[in-house]
Amino acid sequence: MSRLAETFARTRGEGRAALVTFVTGGDPVPAATPAILDALVDGGADVIELGMPFTDPMADGPAIQLANLRSLGAGTTTAKLLEIAHDFRARHPSVPLVLMGYANPMLRRGAEWFAAACAEAGIDGIICVDVPPEEDAVMGPALRAQGIDFVRLATPTTDEARLPAVLEGASGFLYYVSVAGITGLQQATQGSIEGAVARIRAATDLPIAVGFGVRTPNQAAAVARVADGVVVGSAIVEAVAAAGARGEPPADAVRSIVKGLSAAVRSARQDQAA
Amino acid sequence: MNVPNSFRALPDDTGHFGEFGGRYVAETLMPLILSLEREYRAAQADRAFAEELDYLLNHYVGRPSPLYYAERLTEALRASAEPGMGAKVYLKRDELNHTGAHKINNCIGQILLARRMGKTRIIAETGAGQHGVATATVAARFGLPCTIFMGAKDVERQQPNVFRMKLLGAEIRSVSSGAQTLKDAMNEALRDWVANVHDTFYIIGTAAGPHPYPELVRDFQSVIGREAKEQILAAEGRLPDLLVAAIGGGSNAIGLFHPFLDDPDVRMLGVEAAGHGLDKQHAASLAGGSPGVLHGNRTYLLQDEDGQIAEAHSISAGLDYPGIGPEHSWLKEIGRVDYTAVTDTDALDAFQLLCRTEGIIPALEPSHALAAVARVAKEMPAEQIIVANLCGRGDKDIFTVAHALGVAI
Repeated sequence: MSRLAETFARTRGEGRAALVTFVTGGDPVPAATPAILDALVDGGADVIELGMPFTDPMADGPAIQLANLRSLGAGTTTAKLLEIAHDFRARHPSVPLVLMGYANPMLRRGAEWFAAACAEAGIDGIICVDVPPEEDAVMGPALRAQGIDFVRLATPTTDEARLPAVLEGASGFLYYVSVAGITGLQQATQGSIEGAVARIRAATDLPIAVGFGVRTPNQAAAVARVADGVVVGSAIVEAVAAAGARGEPPADAVRSIVKGLSAAVRSARQDQAA
Repeated sequence: MNVPNSFRALPDDTGHFGEFGGRYVAETLMPLILSLEREYRAAQADRAFAEELDYLLNHYVGRPSPLYYAERLTEALRASAEPGMGAKVYLKRDELNHTGAHKINNCIGQILLARRMGKTRIIAETGAGQHGVATATVAARFGLPCTIFMGAKDVERQQPNVFRMKLLGAEIRSVSSGAQTLKDAMNEALRDWVANVHDTFYIIGTAAGPHPYPELVRDFQSVIGREAKEQILAAEGRLPDLLVAAIGGGSNAIGLFHPFLDDPDVRMLGVEAAGHGLDKQHAASLAGGSPGVLHGNRTYLLQDEDGQIAEAHSISAGLDYPGIGPEHSWLKEIGRVDYTAVTDTDALDAFQLLCRTEGIIPALEPSHALAAVARVAKEMPAEQIIVANLCGRGDKDIFTVAHALGVAI
């Protein structure tokens, strides 16, 4: 069983959603990322999404755009990012690590090279924003051959007719992007999230994680009541930026925000039962 | 090399030109891209669509544009050629179109598609502002609200076009993310589109982006090549020996080339912007780039070893883009079209040459094509024929040119 499958099975067994947290790798500087990742785990994150910086993050809002530029400006390279992942795996043998980013940096040296390098670094899954199912051949087979989960995204525009195509070849979990938009801005209504999760659940056994616009413990708890996973990204990335601006080490700020989110996710369904 | 039966049969039904093209977009956009393709197929089969397009091209854009024998330019080039050398140069005068460039051909086609799809809001990216002006123009003509995304640096450099767009009723969104130029404007337009898929149509300005854009932009621009073919047959009784066109994203070039691709005796030359030189900062994706994925398609890109996109440079803001339409990438790989690159300096020389020999002020984009013409015409026998695409007029560029020549206006 993969680390992602094990983790979602465990949180399901505990009667709660998994907390999935995103940070941009190398933001604000590559040397800061290991401590930030440790703080995510320490704060209670169940799954780590490590953002692979790109000059042109078309699907991201201002917070993550700036994080990408800070990271690249600080000299983050693909080699450095893989090294960060590799060292994380050594420190945290069982925490799933998912690399999230855009096709061009991932495909630069070829899909086979990338898949092998990810496997070597102990990366469990890939989320590639701009490779829809229609272009699966460019990356999917190489990842599957290395036993790496290719996490697919579904959105409010993914209708019932299209959903099977999105699910075909998906593994790890299904990432439901709850708003038609970019990261970090508006949040979907609870009703629309519940409807979408029910619709997707009827079509797959994969765990469903919901993200985009989830910022506060209250919002995370609301999503955690219906989904198998809650993804929080921009709010944590903003905390990294704010700490950096104050000249403080970002890890402390990250730990603190993740603790709040984690507590909310863990208690969400108990509150509901009570 | 495996030579296909036709060079005009692509993209395939998944939107690929060989290994190039495709639909590399976020899932949110996929359903919309698929429905655009369905709508385009329906429009292609609809005679009323073609009739309305033709009507607007004739009466609103001012087509057909003339094919003009540039006699004094030809003579000027022959003056420095060996005896008996120096091809006859014809100019396809798309700079005479309404709004002063070829961009409008495509905008008219796309806004008709937008209306067919029931979309009520138009967005577009622009670099120099030519595509923005053309988009704002058709949006005004069809009464649709329009938002143009433009890099903050370009907004500063291209004030006259910014004002033109405002006069036409468009909202200008100055993009201060990233490098603040064309590619960032396109990123921001894509971000807006993802958030407004329900009512918004994105009029992409060049033959790039996710399928079906490269195909439909090419088809709308192919009016250039179809007219040129008819006109050169009428003027000379035969096809030209060489077609020349400038390439940023490549829409004017593919528009001229595509109708001739299966005429084996017609050679073609696409001209990229070599900026300060191919060993310095430039915008020549084919000459100095490598295949990658950006803005919805796989194509040649300027990028570093980690796949980070590089900053392009050209004196011509319309060529200042680190990618190129995927069909050009394919035509290069398969060898059907030759590609070369021209520096800022050579383009400026050609700009002035055309002003003085023909009384035509060309845009800086086709000045790159003219510089290549100046280079190759001398090597061709005098009875041979070149058709170059004069895809835009130079009014918008006079400030840039004055600055480059050290003249204060």
